[in-house]
Amino acid sequence: MKDISEIRADFPLLGRTVYGRRLVYLDNGATTQKPQCVIDKINEVYTSYNGNIHRGVHAISDMASEAYENAREKVRSFINARSTREIIFTSGTTGSINCVAFSFGERYLKPGDEVVISHLEHHANIVPWQLMCERKGARLRVIPVNENGEIIQEEYLRLLSPRTRLVAVTQASNALGTILPVKLIIEAAHSLNIPVLIDGAQGIQHGVVDVSDMDCDFYVFSGHKIYGPTGIGVLYGKEKWLSEMPPYQSGGDMVENVTFERTTFGDLPFKFEAGTTNFVSAIGLASALDYILDLGREEISKRELMLLSYATERLSAIKGLRIFGNSAEKISIISFLLKDIHQYDAGMVLDKMGVAVRTGTHCAQPVMERYGIKGTIRASLCFYNTEEEIDILISGIEKVTGMFNQKI
Amino acid sequence: MTINEVQDEIINEFSLFDDWIEKYDILIDLGKELPAIDPRFKTKEFLIEGCQSKVWLHPEFDGNRISFTADSDAIITRGIVALLLKVLSNRTPKEIISSDLYFIDRIGLKQNLSPTRSNGLLAMVRQIKLYAIAIDARI
Repeated sequence: MKDISEIRADFPLLGRTVYGRRLVYLDNGATTQKPQCVIDKINEVYTSYNGNIHRGVHAISDMASEAYENAREKVRSFINARSTREIIFTSGTTGSINCVAFSFGERYLKPGDEVVISHLEHHANIVPWQLMCERKGARLRVIPVNENGEIIQEEYLRLLSPRTRLVAVTQASNALGTILPVKLIIEAAHSLNIPVLIDGAQGIQHGVVDVSDMDCDFYVFSGHKIYGPTGIGVLYGKEKWLSEMPPYQSGGDMVENVTFERTTFGDLPFKFEAGTTNFVSAIGLASALDYILDLGREEISKRELMLLSYATERLSAIKGLRIFGNSAEKISIISFLLKDIHQYDAGMVLDKMGVAVRTGTHCAQPVMERYGIKGTIRASLCFYNTEEEIDILISGIEKVTGMFNQKI
Repeated sequence: MTINEVQDEIINEFSLFDDWIEKYDILIDLGKELPAIDPRFKTKEFLIEGCQSKVWLHPEFDGNRISFTADSDAIITRGIVALLLKVLSNRTPKEIISSDLYFIDRIGLKQNLSPTRSNGLLAMVRQIKLYAIAIDARI
C-alpha cells in the first residue's frame, strides 16, 4: 500500500482547515472525500465528451456512451456480477432500494406476505418496505438485536416462514458499525427459496464484495460513500428477478417502442434506467473504483481495522464514555456517548476544534430506541485517517468533558 | 431597554472573544442560568422538536407583555435559548412581531438558525412570533 502521506495527498479536501484549525474528517460513513483522479475525471467528461448517452449519432455522444458502459463493466467486475445486464445505475442506495421495493413488490407481493428486515437498518432500508407493505397489505417483520448490537440469529430463523417474500438487511450498520452475517442470512433464506437484498451502503467501501460468492439476489450501494461522486448508485440484481420485475420509473431511454396505445420496454439494464441517468457521476464512480483497486481492498480492510482498534482502545479509556455496538465484527465506525453530555453539545464543540463527526440518530431511529437513547456521537473512519487524527479526537473529547462537566 | 439595545449589548459582549470555545463557554453559563421552566409545561404541547435537540417554550401574557420560559435538552441550545429570551421575553406582542433578530448573525451563531441545523431554534423563533401574532389578534 502507498504511504499514508501519499494517500492523503490524493484527497485535496483533506488538506483544508476549518475555523483556523486543521480539518479532522471523521464522518466518512456519511460521505467520503474524493481523490483527485475522480475530480479530474468529472472535469474531463464536461470538458471533452459531455453528450447525452445512447442517443446521439455524433462523436461526443458515442464517447460518453462508451465511457458510461465501461463504467458499468467496471462495477460488474468490482462486485463480480455475472453480467452487465445485472448492473443498474441509480441515484444512490435509497434510489436502488425504492426501485426494488416498488418493482419487486408490484410483481410478487400479496396480502398477508411478509418482508423481513433487521432492527439495525437505516431508514432507507425501512421506509420503502413499510410503504410497499401498506400498498400490498403485507407485513414487515424485524430481526431483533442483542445488547452488543448483533442480530439474534435464532430469532431470524424463527421469522422465516412460507409467508416471507423477501429479506432485506444491511451488510453493516451505519449507526453501530456491526457487520451482519450476510452469508448465513442468505443461506437460510435461500433454503426456503426466499430472495435477499443486501444494503451495501456501509459495506462496499470496506473490503472485497463478491455478489456471486455471497449469492445475494440484490445488492445496492452509493457512489459517494466509496470515494465516488454524489448522485450515483448501483442496483445489482440477479437477472431472473430483474427480467420479471416491471419498470420502476418510466420515460426516455428505457423503452423499445412507444405508441399512445402501448409501450414495450427495453432490455436489461436499460429497462430500469429511465431518463438521462447521471452518466458523468457513473464515469466518475468507475475512477473511484479504479483508485480503490489500486490501493488494494485487503490493504484497505487491514488499515481500517487497525484504526478501529486503536480508536476503540483510546475511546474506551475515557471515563464516562460508553460505546454502542460491540459486535465482534465491525466496520470502522464507533458510536458513543459521554455521560451527562448531550451529543449535540459535544458535536458542536468538536466541530469548532476542527473535528467533523456526526451526531444524532444517524437516520436509524429504531436502533437508537433499542438502547433507549436519542442519538450518539459517531466517528466513522476510513483508510485515509490517521492515528494522529484519532488523538486529536480524543483531546477534543477531553476538552468537551472538561467544558461541560465542570458546569453541571 | 429596547429589543435592539439588548441585541447590541449581546453583540458587544460576544465581540470580546474571538475563540469559539470561549463563546461556547458563555453560552454554557447562560444555559445554566436560564430560569427553569415549570415542569407542567415540559409536555408535548410546548415541545418544539428538532432532529438534534429539543426545545420547550411556554408563553405567558399579562395583558400587556408576553413572557416566555423555555428549556432544552442540550446545554448550548439552552444558552442560545437564553439569549433569545433576553431579547424577546417580556415584550409587547407588537414589539415581538416587528423585531428583526440581527444579533444571531453578528455573534456568529447564524448556522444554529439555518433550516438544516435542526436543533429547534429556528422553529422556536417562528413559534415566539406566532404566539405574539395570535395574542395580538386577540387583544
